[in-house]
Amino acid sequence: MEHRLPAPSLIDAQVLDLDQALQLLQQAGALLPDEAPLSAAWLQAVLDALCDLSSRDALTGLVNRRSFEMALAREVDRVARSGEGALLLMLDIDHFKAVNDTHGHGAGDQVIRAVARAVEQTVRPMDLVARVGGEEFAIILPNCATHVGLAVAERVRERVSELGIEVAPGQMLNVTVSLGGAFAPQWVRSSPLLWTERADRQLYRAKAEGRNRACLEPQIDSLVSAEEKGMLFASLNLDTQQDLP
Amino acid sequence: MSTTIDPAAPRPTRAGARTLAVTSGKGGVGKTFITANLAAALAARGEKVLVLDADLGLANLDVVLNLHPKLTLHDVFTEKATLEQAILPAPGGFSVLLAGSGMVEYSRLTPEVRDKLLHIIDLVKPRFDWVLLDTGAGISDVVLFAISLATDVLVVATPEPTSLTDAYATIKVLATQQDRRHVGLVVNQANRVGEGKLICGQLQQVLHRFVGPTPGQPFRLELFGEVRSDQAVRQAVLKRQLMLEHYPGCDAAQAIKALASKLLG
Repeated sequence: MEHRLPAPSLIDAQVLDLDQALQLLQQAGALLPDEAPLSAAWLQAVLDALCDLSSRDALTGLVNRRSFEMALAREVDRVARSGEGALLLMLDIDHFKAVNDTHGHGAGDQVIRAVARAVEQTVRPMDLVARVGGEEFAIILPNCATHVGLAVAERVRERVSELGIEVAPGQMLNVTVSLGGAFAPQWVRSSPLLWTERADRQLYRAKAEGRNRACLEPQIDSLVSAEEKGMLFASLNLDTQQDLP
Repeated sequence: MSTTIDPAAPRPTRAGARTLAVTSGKGGVGKTFITANLAAALAARGEKVLVLDADLGLANLDVVLNLHPKLTLHDVFTEKATLEQAILPAPGGFSVLLAGSGMVEYSRLTPEVRDKLLHIIDLVKPRFDWVLLDTGAGISDVVLFAISLATDVLVVATPEPTSLTDAYATIKVLATQQDRRHVGLVVNQANRVGEGKLICGQLQQVLHRFVGPTPGQPFRLELFGEVRSDQAVRQAVLKRQLMLEHYPGCDAAQAIKALASKLLG
């Protein structure tokens, strides 16, 4: 549905207070529209620039958490309708607190920017890379086949580990990342929350297994673990015929 | 006993049928048998019921009901027949839409198959009180898709380790991938009174432990029925008769009637 401004005569653009919005755009380095100020086209361009600004992370220029959540919900819908495989990767910079503590927050910011750029350059243009937390990123990879999922995650991990990040003149830092991933269930309507939780669980696994690694959710054929089976049959005594109270 | 059903008659008093998927994980646990008899039990209570054979690859509803359909879902898919022609009356006073053997080619969930199934469900829903989806065994994409079309799910299991493991896997997938918070369980071929309750409790415990509880929305597995091994069941299956019609007094028939009552609330 399109929301269009009513006929220009219905709005007196002079009464709008646009100072703060324009300042914000200027500060963010957004190009101000060349259309005649206060025309409908100019207002539209200001709104578009504000929307873009509010969907991006200031430090990295990546999509921010809000925008990521919208994109993820759209992807859940799309996958339910198209049946294509789609992979969600959650990525976390290993021992990031130590970077901040040892080298200062400026260095921390530079590491985050460098990792963001490296991730963006490693995935396809159609993939969406978002910064969803301090040192946490998310990548939505539409139309990604299950058998290549781990290779994609590994490529991102390797690319970051090869980075030399200059945090001060002559001072190079290396960082590693852990990744967790899960595919959207095809043909069925899941929820963005469940999908994120599943990918997050794999990220925790990657961290627990020693960091600097990628873990993807196992596919359905290994769904029931020995531990689950053990618990399931622990007290069932299926071989007796005696009625139960 | 046969009720005349005009599938084309709209049901303006209701928004649409309640859709119930009957699934099992493992095959051969009596899923189709339970579905057919449950449909008859609901029909006997005055409900207008359609059983849709959603086991596209390996359909056997026709075998259970001893029907030899000339027109099937396959003919609807290939536009050789209209939906009205393919919806057939079954013994027990309900309607069926059978898959037919030609459906093997549809056992892979392509966008075409998915769209056709969606379309058919949309068309039949306003005309019935209940649409029962008899899904295939396993947790393939077709089965999961068929289940996702239903508002409620019944999982049929027998007290055998393989059946329970597969039922558990299915329920786990439904909870984690389809965000379901409530699934019904029917324990078929129970050996002893109370076995259904025991199994349901055990499954619930393992699910509680391994399927992370969502805050405020605990997963609930509810025992909908315990159908005990019964000589009449074996006779009905062998003779390809509807148990509810031919052995209405047997224990298993009573259990199925109780299941229908529970569904009707």
